[in-house]
Formats: sequence, C-alpha cells, structure tokens
Amino acid sequence: MFRITKRDKSSISDSLIFRSFGFAVGIILSMLLILLLGYNPIASIAALFDGAFGSLGGLRNTIKFAIPLATTALGLSIAFRMKFWNIGGEGQLLMGGTAAMFVSLIAGPNIPGWILIPSMLIAGIIGGAFWALIPGIFRIQLRTNETLFTLMMNYVALYLVKYLYHDLWRDRDPAKFNFPGIKMIQQQAVLPNVFGISVGIIVPLILAFLVYILIKRTKPGYEIRVVGESEPTANYAGMNVKRIMLGGVLLSGGIIGLAGAVKLAGETMTLTDNLTGGAGFTAIVIAWLANLSAPFILVVSFLVAGLEQGAQTMQLRLGVPAAVADIVKGLILMSFLGSEFFLRYRLVMTSVIGKNKRLHSQMKNHCDDPNVSDVSATRSAESDLTDDCAVRDEKAEVR
Amino acid sequence: MLSILTQPQFIASAISFSVILLLGTLGELLTERAGHLNLGVEGMMLLGGAIGYYAAVTTESLPLALIAACLGSGMGAFMYGFLTVTLRVNQNVTGLALTMFGMGLANAVGSKVAGTSTPVSIQAYFEYQPFHIKNPANELIAYIDRAFLSHDLYVYLTILLAIVMTIFLFRSREGLALRLTGENAAAADASGIKVTRIKYMYIVIGGMLCGLGGLYLPLVQQGSWTDTITAGQGWLVVALVIFVRWHPIKAIFGSFVFGALSILGYSVQLNTTLAKMPIFNQFIMSMFPYILTIIVLVITSARKKAWGGPAEIGHAYFREDR
Amino acid sequence: MTRSNEQTETLAFSMRGISKTFGSVCANEMIDFDVRQGEIHALLGENGSGKSTLMNILSGIYRADCGTIEVFGKQRVFHFPGDAIRCGIGMVYQHFKLADSLTATENIMAGLSEAQVRRAIKSGNDVNEHDVISSLTDRDDSSIRRRRDRNNRMSDLIRGYSERFHIDFDPDKPASQLSVSEKQSVEIIKVLIRGARILVLDEPTAVLTPQETKRLFGVLRKMRDDGCSIVFISHKLGEIMELCDRVTVLRKGRSVDTLVVSEVDTYDLVEKMVGFKIDLQIERPEPDPERLECLRVEGLSYRDEKGVTKLSDLSFSTCYGEILGVAGLAGGGQKELCEVIAGIIRPTSGDILVDGEIITGLSPRKISAKGVSMCFVPEDRLGMGLVASMGMVENILLKEYSFQKGIFVHSEKAREKSSQIIEELDIVTPSVTHPVRLLSGGNIQKVILGREIHLKPKLMIAAYAVRGLDIQSSHTIYRLLNEQKEKKVSVLYIGEDLDVLLALCDRVMVLCQGVNMGIVDTKNTNKIEVGQMMSGTKLEVLKRGVDYVSNN
Repeated sequence: MFRITKRDKSSISDSLIFRSFGFAVGIILSMLLILLLGYNPIASIAALFDGAFGSLGGLRNTIKFAIPLATTALGLSIAFRMKFWNIGGEGQLLMGGTAAMFVSLIAGPNIPGWILIPSMLIAGIIGGAFWALIPGIFRIQLRTNETLFTLMMNYVALYLVKYLYHDLWRDRDPAKFNFPGIKMIQQQAVLPNVFGISVGIIVPLILAFLVYILIKRTKPGYEIRVVGESEPTANYAGMNVKRIMLGGVLLSGGIIGLAGAVKLAGETMTLTDNLTGGAGFTAIVIAWLANLSAPFILVVSFLVAGLEQGAQTMQLRLGVPAAVADIVKGLILMSFLGSEFFLRYRLVMTSVIGKNKRLHSQMKNHCDDPNVSDVSATRSAESDLTDDCAVRDEKAEVR
Repeated sequence: MLSILTQPQFIASAISFSVILLLGTLGELLTERAGHLNLGVEGMMLLGGAIGYYAAVTTESLPLALIAACLGSGMGAFMYGFLTVTLRVNQNVTGLALTMFGMGLANAVGSKVAGTSTPVSIQAYFEYQPFHIKNPANELIAYIDRAFLSHDLYVYLTILLAIVMTIFLFRSREGLALRLTGENAAAADASGIKVTRIKYMYIVIGGMLCGLGGLYLPLVQQGSWTDTITAGQGWLVVALVIFVRWHPIKAIFGSFVFGALSILGYSVQLNTTLAKMPIFNQFIMSMFPYILTIIVLVITSARKKAWGGPAEIGHAYFREDR
Repeated sequence: MTRSNEQTETLAFSMRGISKTFGSVCANEMIDFDVRQGEIHALLGENGSGKSTLMNILSGIYRADCGTIEVFGKQRVFHFPGDAIRCGIGMVYQHFKLADSLTATENIMAGLSEAQVRRAIKSGNDVNEHDVISSLTDRDDSSIRRRRDRNNRMSDLIRGYSERFHIDFDPDKPASQLSVSEKQSVEIIKVLIRGARILVLDEPTAVLTPQETKRLFGVLRKMRDDGCSIVFISHKLGEIMELCDRVTVLRKGRSVDTLVVSEVDTYDLVEKMVGFKIDLQIERPEPDPERLECLRVEGLSYRDEKGVTKLSDLSFSTCYGEILGVAGLAGGGQKELCEVIAGIIRPTSGDILVDGEIITGLSPRKISAKGVSMCFVPEDRLGMGLVASMGMVENILLKEYSFQKGIFVHSEKAREKSSQIIEELDIVTPSVTHPVRLLSGGNIQKVILGREIHLKPKLMIAAYAVRGLDIQSSHTIYRLLNEQKEKKVSVLYIGEDLDVLLALCDRVMVLCQGVNMGIVDTKNTNKIEVGQMMSGTKLEVLKRGVDYVSNN
C-alpha cells in the first residue's frame, strides 16, 4: 500500500524528472489514442515534432503562435499572483483586438504607420484593461466571484465581435460577394517582419523582463505578492488592498489586450471571432505550468506553440485531422498537471501494519537521528500541521 | 416581440433546445455539489456527442449509442476526477485542459461520421411523443399540445430526472452525504463518509449526464455531426448552474429561459422590423444568457452572500492536513 | 497469562508501537497507549508533543507509519475515519468539523447508515422507551405523514440523546448560528449517535467558560458511568486532576508514563510533561506606579459588513508600564478590538486616543508611526502579520518598504535587522530567506514579536501570542512581554488561557459579545468571577450579588 505525505520542498532536479515523466506519459497516451483512431502514432508524433522545431519555417510559425500565448500568460500571471482568477483571457484578447481594429477603422487610409501602430497598440491595452476592469471592480467592491465573472465576459466579448463581424463593421464592398467580414487594416498598420518573424516577438520578450523585475524587485510587485498570499496581512501592513488589486487587474487585462492588438496587427490583419484561437484558455494552463514565473512562461509558451504548429504539419503530411493536436495538447497538459502532484507530495510505502519489523527499526533510527530530533530545529508536528493549513497549497485555493 | 415569444413553435423549440442545457446543468450541478467546479463541460458534452453519435451511426442501436456517450464523457470526467481528487491539481486549469482534449478527440472521432445522418431506426425512437394529443378538443388544448406535449420521451425523462434529483439531494441520506462533502469535506470524512468515493462517483455521473446532453444535439436536434457542434453551450451550462443556485428544480426553468434566449435571436430574424434593431440582433441576443448570469452573480454578492454555492468548490481535500 | 488475558478483556483499545512522521518530523514514536473500559483517561502533553496526532491515528484521519491498534480485543486497521467509527470510536476535534450552511440535525445525520440509525433508536429506546414508542404509535399512515415521520424520527432521536446527557441546542439552527459550546454539543451528539463507545475529546475546554467546562465534565462523567471510555486530551493539569482516572503523559512524540491520577500531584505531572523540574509560575513585575495613560478608548462600537455588532460602546484605558489583559470567549470581539485600534477596520462610532491624541480613522501606517504596534496570531498562525511563503527579510520589510524612497524595494537593512532579531530572540532558522511557514510555531511567533519590538512601540498589542506553543516557548514570550512592560511600554494582551491572563496581567478586561463586562485587578479576583463575566454577567452585578450575600 501507498501512503501520501507532503513534501516540504522539492529540488529542481526532482522537478525536471517529474515534468519529463509527465511529458512522456502525455505523449504515450496521445500515441495510444492516435492508434485507436486508426492513424500511425509514431509517424504522427514524429511529424508533430519535426513540423514544430525541425525546420526554419516551422520554427518561425512556432514563434508566431508563441507570441500571443506568452504575452497573455504574462498578463495572467500578474492576476494569478494576487489570487485573482482571471479566466477571461479570451475576452480580453478579443477586446484588445477590437479596440485596435476600431482605431484602424476610424483612422484614414493615409495616416502614417508610426502614429497608427502605437495608437492601435495603446487602444488594445485600453480595451483589454477595460474588459478586466468590469469584473475587477465587482470583485474588489462586492467580492463577486471573479472566476465565473471573467468566464462569462469571454462570451459577451465573443458575441460582440461576432456582431461587429457580421453586422456593424461588416465590409459591404460588393467585391466580397456579401461574405461577412471586416476590412483589412491599413498596409502601414501591419507590424513589419524581421527574418520572417513579426517584430511583435519583442513584446513578450520585453514584457517578460519587465514583469520579472516588477514582481521581484519593485514595491508594487512586493505588494501584489503580499496581497496574493494573504489579504489580512496586506491590510495589517497598511497596504491599500483595493487599490493594489485594481492596479494588478488593469495591468493584467492591459497586457492581454496588448497581446490581442499585436496578434491583429502582426498576424490576422483583421478582426474575426477566431482572433484568439483559444490562446486565452491555453495561456491559463501555460501560466500555471510555468509556476507564474516570467522566464518559464516564455519557455512553456514556445513548447505549447510548437504543438500547435506541429499539428498542422501532421495534418498536411499524414492527413491526421488537426483536431488530433488538441488531443495531444490536452493530454500533455493534463499529465504535466498531474506531475505537479509528485512535486508537492510523496508516496511512501506503508507496511501492512504489524508485519514489517524492519520498518519499525528504520523508524526508530530515523527518530533517533540527532539531526532530526534536535528539539529546537525540529518543528513540532502539530505546528507543522497548522502551518500547512495556513498555506494549504497556495495554488489550491481557487475562488 | 410578444407574438414571437408566445408562438407554440417557439416554446416547443426552446424546450427541445433546453433539454441539452438541462442535462448538462444537472450533471455539472452534481459535480459542483461534490465540491468540484468542472470547467470541462464543453469538452465532455462534445465527447459524449461524438462518441455516442459514432456508435449510433455504426451500430444503429440507440441503447448502444447512449452507453457509448456515457462512456465517452464519463471517461473525460474520470480523468478530471483523477487529476483533481487524487492528484489534487487545480480544478479550473484541469477543466480547461479537459475541454481542449475533449474538443480534439470529439472532432477527430466525429470527422469519421461527418456527413452521415442519424439512422432511421434511431430516429423512430424520437418520433414517439408520449403525451401528444391527436385530436385536440379546442384551440387552447391544441396550443398546449403543440408547445408542451409534442416532445419525445428524452425531454420528459430529463425533466423527470431533475425532479428525482431534487428529492435525492434534499430528502435522501445519500444526497445529504453529497451536500456535506461539497460543503466541508473534512467534516464529511470525520462523519464516516467516503469522501473520495463520493467525489469520483458524482464527478463521473455528472460527466455522463453532460455527455447525454451532448448526444441529443447531433442525434436529434441537428441529425448529423458537425465540428464543435456544441458551439459554447457547455459554457452556458457553467453559467446556468450559478443562475439556478445549485437547485435541480430551478434548473428546469433556468435552462428553459436560457434555451429561449439562445434561439430568440434566430426567431427574431424572421420579423423584419425587429431584426433591424441592433438589440435584437441574433449575436447580441446570444449575449443575454451570459449577461443574465453576471447579473445574478453580482446581485448575490451584493446581498453579502458572496457565494451561495457549495462552500468548498475549488478546494482540494487532503485528509492529512487540517 | 490469565491475568494478561483478563486485562485485554477490559481494555477498550490498545495502541502498540505507533509511529508517525510528517516530512522530517517525528510526531509519534513507538507509542503504546491503553485505555480501559469505563474510564476517563487523560492524554497529557505540551503543544507539539503528539497528542492530537496519536488520536487522529486512532480515529482514522492519519495512517500510522507502523504500529497496531486493537479495539475491544480485536486487531483493526483503519483506512479512513468511517472504519474507526464502525469500531465504536468517536472523536470530537479541536477545530469542529461542521458545515456552516447545514443545520445541526443535518450535520449530525449526514453519513449515517440505516443500520446505525436503527441501532441508535434501539439504544435510545432502552432509555426512553415509553416516549419513543408512544410518539411512533400516535401517527396515522398516510405517505406524507410517513415522510414527516422520518424527519421527526431523526429529531426525536437527537432530542432523546440531548436529554439523556442534558445537552441543549436547537437542532434546526444552521451550524453557523450556533455558539461555540453548542457546536461542541453537536459534535458530541454526532459521535454518540454513531454508537461511539470510545470518545476522544481534543482540548475540549479550550473554548469554554469555566461554567461550561463544569457542565461538560458532568456530561463526560455520565458517559463514563454508562460504560463509555473517554480520552481527554489536555495540557491543563487542574482539569485532569479534577476529571480523570488515569493519565498518560507524552513528551516530544514519546510516551513517558501512565499514572493513576489519584496517586500523583501536579508537580509530578509537570515534570513528566516537560522533562525537567520547571517553575510554572509566571512572573509579574510591579507595574509602573506613575500610571500615565497611554491608550484611551471611548464609546467604541463596531458593526461588521453583515451588520452584526462586534463591539458596543467600549470604554477603557491602558497605562504605560502595565499589561492589560483582555479575556472573553472566542469571537467575543477581541479580534475586532485589535483591528480597530491598529486602524485596519474603522469603528462605527467612538474614539481611540494615544497620548491624548485621536487616532481614529488614521491609516494603519500612520497609527504604526504613532507607536502602536500589533502582533496578532490568528488560529492558523500565519493569516495576519506574516506572509507565509516569504523569508524573514521580506516579512520584516512589510513594515518598512513603504518608507523607502523610489520604486524599488531595498532589503539590505531588513537583512541586518533579521540577523539581529535572530540573535536576540534565539530564532532557529536555516537562513533569513527561509520561508517562515517552514519554521516551528514558536519561532514564527518570535519573528512577529521581534519585528514589532524593534519598532520600539509605545503601545504593544499582543493577541494570542502563545497560541499553540509549548511551555518553554510560552514562557519566553511572557518574558519578552514583561521586558516591554519594564521598559514602560503599555501592553494589551489578548489571551485564551484564563490562568495565564490572571498570572501575567496587571488588570483584566472581560469582553462578552463586544460589551465590556468590567475590568478587574488580577490581585483580587479569581477564575470563577472572570468566568461569570465571560458568560455575560457584569462586574457591578457580581459585586452587588456579593454585597447582597455578605449583607445577609
């Protein structure tokens, strides 16, 4: 039989081992499912990786996918640090894109790019921040559940964009044969490419650095961390919790809105209801897997983006439906998530009670170990438990 | 406007639309009563729909289709349960991953039967309308018949299920055990309730109900499979559970309201004067269920009942911490 | 041989060689623990000695790493609490396990099997046969009636049990509205209905007034007379001497000795418990005779968000160089009082003055700058005052960062200060950046105290500063507080343990539901008097009563 106990901490090598194990399990499960669906699992997975990282073109596309994912995850990480469960990435992305599109639409065709692009990006920030602000205010003033509020806001945004797309902003140019759709943004509003990669790539890179500094080194970052850990403590220290949370929410939404604007200006070049491609949801998982740490968010986003790009290659080469990518992504994410358990808990073999004398003696030795039973250094068991209760997995408290 | 709302066809199609929502809501309601918020409803509905429909097309047997739907979505729910109950992973994140996975698998399976319509032998089951009145005595009865009584057995069984579930939750000992688990897992554990078993059981049963809801879509309502057929109804379910305050009877009416709102947009398009007004645009109307849920959320929190649902939603339970 | 057999027959349960580790901490080590049928057996030990862990193993909450459990002569393995319940073991936890939104009845009934209900009714019938039978036969047969019958059957059952043990509460009230002692009653009924023959109570008196404690003891004695075995976990010697038959002493996870209570005195027990001779006397230096007023509170009232009155028209003052204690039941307004003074919440009405200057409505930072310092140790120890996952440095910064210039946080000074505090207060931590949640309870509390003392306050609020600490650590904290008092700091001490309050403080104010019941000088009062005030009798009423008695 196994018994589960908590770990005090886990080393980086443990973390690597369990994560790779989780990854492997995810891949194996995916291959099994691909086999069940009647495709060649080995060829599929090979195509997946080759497509994602095997060629320059693939790599470029991977980076293209990674830009919105990383930016959104960075934005989310700030909200998550405050235990503000912003599930509204989709909506904030869409609203960022919508605001940028709005600027492009009202701007004349001849406005120079150096004015247009920044104003679109700023509009994007405002759009995303506004969409996060609505649930934020209710959370702060009335303690309305923000998880569900932000989730609902996603769909309000989605249908708003659908309305714009099919109706209000519809391009009624007869050349389009009455297909729904919005005009493309101006030529000069498109973000230029460098080495085949949109310059949008600098956005997540710079942001990762800024977010890292903000959280680790600055006063607002320190306040955000304290608020997330314990609101009573923040109050006690005289922090203005409402103001801090408002700032954090605006920042979070603003960054995500920026991601939407960058994606619009750099990739899709018009507003569609599929602007996000699910990035708002995927980024939640990314932020979580990266443990809310900015540098890791970059890495994880790159890997997840690789899955999306690889899936397209898989479909092209082997005719495996692109939906299989979602399967692989879902399974790898889930087994990754599952591997977290082994970082926080430890499985211990238990003896069938009374039969295992060896364990008895082991126990005895363990307890007699002077390093362990040194009174002052040992935390008493009871206080240990109360402590655990207080910080009962910071992460587990999702509400 | 009113004339649209009172048309018997409108009411009838709202009811048939709301069955899907109701099944999903009942499923998610059970899950949440066990203390778990499963954001994977969309994924589970798709899984149930695709796998069930695949079985329906290949075997042409309704019972097998139902079983396949239950197995498909039950499997998804079980994965969610394993991660959140046993491995204690964050529930929101797991639910989102489940949606991704479910959507992928469903579309991959569904693509194999896309373009095939529901077998006639199965359609026959749904043509049977147990309460249909063949020769209505007068206008009123004819109206009632067309609006409320001309539905297949699936619809009435679902409503019956909601009633049974209410009795189960609030009158039975098992239901009390379930509620206590969602309110305070540690207390339930100390009272001798098998917390892990209860959580697994209701997460999986909840998933199965979502799957059965998902199956109704391709099997009856649309008659064929299209990619991501649920089109966000899973998220509507998450909203509905809050809207009905975790109560199965209210879920009957709640899903009717949401169902009506969802199709109202399309019905209004037939009326040319109304269709010109932006507020009656089908997309704007589609927002209403979500906005309504937001309003409910805000009102309950303004009344200082910040939550009102099972107290421990979102918390992982580990017996060895206090 | 025959003798040992006889002994096993009369044993209620016997735990052998129980060990349990949490991470690197050994909570129980090869403990043997036997309890006979029909005895009240005390489990004595300091905080952290492993009492709760041992009993949580008995009740199936924890799995032991090794060891065996025999209940009524049969070896048992408990996989989860339900197994222990089925063997007749019932535990009343220190932190009650009740769902707030469910009624008392629902909390009791949840998880009961039909068989348990039938057995409970049967054993209820033996006692109260006539009533139950008549109530069953009086009803007619319609189906609605029958359903109501079933609900009534539960209510009758619970009522029967409460009457039998003279326990009183309203079974239809939601648990959130029950008082602490009512919640405890619910917990007791809960385990009794499950047919418990072995009852374990974890620190049951910690939250009760002396009067309520007395009533509880009555209930426990009654159960013993009915043949139940009771394990009474406590670290209060007086209660053990009063109530228990035998006592087992635990120290640092090991079982030290089992003694017959009538054959020992408290000094022996203390020595067994602590491991060496120790003076339990708490020092009380003379307060500053000048009696300069530091804090003055006038007509303070506070209503919380839900509109519940937490403090009502509270007036008192503290002096430099004295410790004013605040006593009261849990939730009697102590927490709100601290928070109002520290500026965390705003009072509905009334004024707070420090040195004659009004500080009501100022921000916590400004109040702190005026020399008011608070260390509040909440039930979970880390909830207020410390950030669990941060190290000492960042926790020290909590009070300083806002006074630094620029946007960046500078931690050099805080680092020095941390080392200084570590040295002064003997804090054991691997490094100044080691997360404080991984420290032991005593060290955590020293970190808060150290930080606050370093701010050189005029008024120091110490709330529950010794919560969960062992005797030695507690005495270190008392010493620190006394040092502050001698430095002419005015100390407001909020505590749970009446004995400590009476020994440490110069004066004690008693709060009951936010109302000041009176302030007594600890030199001429006693526990009974304070206990009566805690349960809502005003001091002047008490005094009048005394006058009345003495006049007649």
